[in-house]
Amino acid sequence: MHEMSIAASMLEAVQEESTRRGAHVLAVGVKIGALSGVDAESLRFCFEALVKDTDLAPLSLEVEALAWRHRCRQCNSDFRVEDYRTECPRCGSPETEMAGGNELEFAYMEITET
Amino acid sequence: MTRVPVERKVLSENDRLAADLRQGFLQQGTLCVNLISSPGSGKTMLLERTLAAFEPGRHVAVLTGDIQTDNDAQRLARYGFPVRQITTGGACHLDARMVEKALAEWRPAPIDVLFVENVGNLVCPSSYDLGEEARVVLLSVTEGEDKPLKYPATFHRADLVVLNKIDLLPYVPFRMDLAREYIRRVQPDASIVEISCTTGVGLDAWREWIEARYAARAANLSSVRSSGNGNS
Repeated sequence: MHEMSIAASMLEAVQEESTRRGAHVLAVGVKIGALSGVDAESLRFCFEALVKDTDLAPLSLEVEALAWRHRCRQCNSDFRVEDYRTECPRCGSPETEMAGGNELEFAYMEITET
Repeated sequence: MTRVPVERKVLSENDRLAADLRQGFLQQGTLCVNLISSPGSGKTMLLERTLAAFEPGRHVAVLTGDIQTDNDAQRLARYGFPVRQITTGGACHLDARMVEKALAEWRPAPIDVLFVENVGNLVCPSSYDLGEEARVVLLSVTEGEDKPLKYPATFHRADLVVLNKIDLLPYVPFRMDLAREYIRRVQPDASIVEISCTTGVGLDAWREWIEARYAARAANLSSVRSSGNGNS
């Protein structure tokens, strides 16, 4: 359960961006990859619990879940990994590499200028 | 209301510190190995066997992380190499700041190989880069062969998977062929070694892997130094 420390890092980043831009933040968007090791619901719970006691409240969290994707080194097709099958569904090659799923990114903020 | 893009990693502060640590290790020629597993898979025992086999003059050191107690540091200190305990006081993983702080306070002599024993946990350590050169995940045969599929984030980031306690294979329903297949599915590029810290089988292969990574590190170091001198 490291979502609490991740939520705390996110709030720090929001504080920083909000001070830098001199804006009031209404919502933050994050991208969470399937292999990021972070559970979206647990992150939301921790985030809400931490925000409640700050002057950032109310601040909502918008999560975009990203799939685990691989790209084929032979035919270059990009595909979603299902059932841990990393071989290329198009040409059958086992030579594929990760193309997405590790993301844990602070993507955007919804702000109103103050 | 306007939407403004931010596009930074949530753990950008950790990643920044980890990049500094990695640069420091590179310049000093240190091979840093981050050791991750469930509690009780045998990380400390593997380190004991590993330290016991190094020549006394070798510059090897261990940072060991636990939520509480310095039991592991006490076990590891018997082998005559520098050992330091990081007690996280509740945190379920090590992060780059803890490693940086421990190294800054400790200031051990130049290190060839630094082992960082993470907090026993197959989930949380996977998100935190510690500036390591290699990530090693231990899986013991008593845990079951499906752990790579249950904890893909951790196994996906492994450079080496060490399958430990293979002396117990006759007593547990662990299928080695399936374990290898599951590791390959989650991380096709990971190396795999099978060991028993009790009987010592496989430990040569583990040491060879470490020495090969160290030799690669030493080669990188000489290229960093020569480019630093303007000779590249």
